[in-house]
Amino acid sequence: MPANPFNNFTDYGIGIGLRVPHYDHILSQKPTVDWFEIISENFMCDGGRPLKVLDQILEQYRVVQHGVSMYFGSSEKLNREHLKKLKQLVKRTKTPWLSDHLCWGSVDGRYTHDLLPMPYTFVAAKVTAQRIREARDFLEVPICVENVSSYAEFHVSEMTEWEFLNEVVERADCGILLDVNNIYVSSRNHGFNPFDYVNGVPAQRVAQIHIAGHSKFHKYILDTHDHPVIDPVWKLYERAIQRTGRTATLLEWDDRIPSFAEVHGEALKANQILKRLENEPANT
Amino acid sequence: MKRSRLIKFSNVLKTNLPTLSRQTAGEFYALQRLMAAAVMRPLTRGDKMQVKWIDGRPTKIVVNQFIKPNDRLTSFERLEIYNRQYWFRLRQSFYEDYPGLRAILGDKKFERLADAYLAHYPSQSYTLRNLGSRLVKFIEAAPRWVAPHKALALDMARLEWAHVEAFDDAAQPPLKIEDLAGLDASKIRLQLQPHLTLLALKHDIDDFLIELKKQSGLRSEASNAVEQNHKTTRPQRSRKPKRQINYLAVHRHQDLVYYKQLEPGQFRLLSALQNGATLDQACGELAGLKISNNPGETIRQWFTTWATLGWFCRLKSSRKNTQNKK
Repeated sequence: MPANPFNNFTDYGIGIGLRVPHYDHILSQKPTVDWFEIISENFMCDGGRPLKVLDQILEQYRVVQHGVSMYFGSSEKLNREHLKKLKQLVKRTKTPWLSDHLCWGSVDGRYTHDLLPMPYTFVAAKVTAQRIREARDFLEVPICVENVSSYAEFHVSEMTEWEFLNEVVERADCGILLDVNNIYVSSRNHGFNPFDYVNGVPAQRVAQIHIAGHSKFHKYILDTHDHPVIDPVWKLYERAIQRTGRTATLLEWDDRIPSFAEVHGEALKANQILKRLENEPANT
Repeated sequence: MKRSRLIKFSNVLKTNLPTLSRQTAGEFYALQRLMAAAVMRPLTRGDKMQVKWIDGRPTKIVVNQFIKPNDRLTSFERLEIYNRQYWFRLRQSFYEDYPGLRAILGDKKFERLADAYLAHYPSQSYTLRNLGSRLVKFIEAAPRWVAPHKALALDMARLEWAHVEAFDDAAQPPLKIEDLAGLDASKIRLQLQPHLTLLALKHDIDDFLIELKKQSGLRSEASNAVEQNHKTTRPQRSRKPKRQINYLAVHRHQDLVYYKQLEPGQFRLLSALQNGATLDQACGELAGLKISNNPGETIRQWFTTWATLGWFCRLKSSRKNTQNKK
């Protein structure tokens, strides 16, 4: 896979999310980790322990920012206060790219603090792409959008989710953070073939891949990030790597967080797939 | 202002969405307003989505207009997942930020307070950190949610919000005690650190809260999904706080939050400085107050302690004036 502005982070290897229960272990033991992903909002503060820990981490590790409340898909104007705080953090971390979700979550200045699904319409794609461009111009860093898990679909949708993702990233000229666990969760909730999704995204725009665990309920699956990665998700990951080549990979574990060793060990399972495919030509 | 905006908002929600083959920008916006209203609508006592819509129609009729059913779930059930997650997530954030208030009110009353507050003051911030920023104002205006513990609940809400601010508000470069020497007290205005909050409370709740926080652990990370209405472990209630005047400075030192008890004179002096008084004016607030047999030395010791803790961060008088005095 030839390098381009979005998939040239091939040396980033396998990272994990930086989480509070692991702070002491990381700072005292300094384990070898390719990189850490931080939740931007947890460090968009003016002082205190969060920033002190972050600075200590930055002395030792590469850090990539991942946001949860930019809401590229909201139909209102971008929050300038949010952008300014985010830019301060970007300067601090020197993140090589910045990701947030292809979703919406605020309206009329009120925040749901959720990743709400988009109606897959052309006008939604246009509005979303415009907001991504505005954010990128302000933040001056490459932006990648992540597909979310969803539990509802809209009558008004005019295309599939992956067609919508394509429409947005082409209009915005941005990268993709492909979450293969989210693809699996949504495929089960909405009844589509997850491989159609993985095969349907523009591989050259995939800058990062997320893997994670989820929770099964009687009639739906919830994206809870509180379990190991299941085999069907590893298979989707393998297919994604076949298409994209070696790509920065990150394991998310956000609830009922086990030891650092267990989380890191789960993430490093991705190495088996990366090594197996490293000499194979891209199969798009 | 807020009332008229809410009325206008609810009128919009009564309109039916047109079913066109191509969505327009206006319809996209209307869809998000409609769905947000449904997602943020309070749950029933059994934590379900309300079956009646704002205008009295069955909610399922409204939801069917824009959410598709699938082979396992109705439109109503699919949207209900988001409605429940919204409330579970915000309640969980409240449990983490207000363990003291929860211990005072008990689980049920605390949850009803949280729901009423969040329904009245939905989050207007991109971060859950600011969720409780208007809680004191809400309790003052609607004390029935904390009855019969209004005074105690207000004290605790103030202390717990001060804790949130002390945790990660800004810290300016601190002034040393030597920086204050030789300055003209009639012109100097000292600024206190942004992370420092002065509180005049009616109960001795600081030790009570410290004990609770020892039991409850650290604030959790931002996460995307909440599996269920799982509450953090309920802290054990220790002795009930006593009613007594309690002056506190809630501040951060070496990245830890502390509650420092203050004498009445200390509180008066620091409050005056925080409100912009000059050093002379602030000391004037102590008139008539018995501090010690040697008030000058006592006040000097206070300032030495506060400067050591890094509480002073800026001289507000002009540089020219202070230099002239030197």
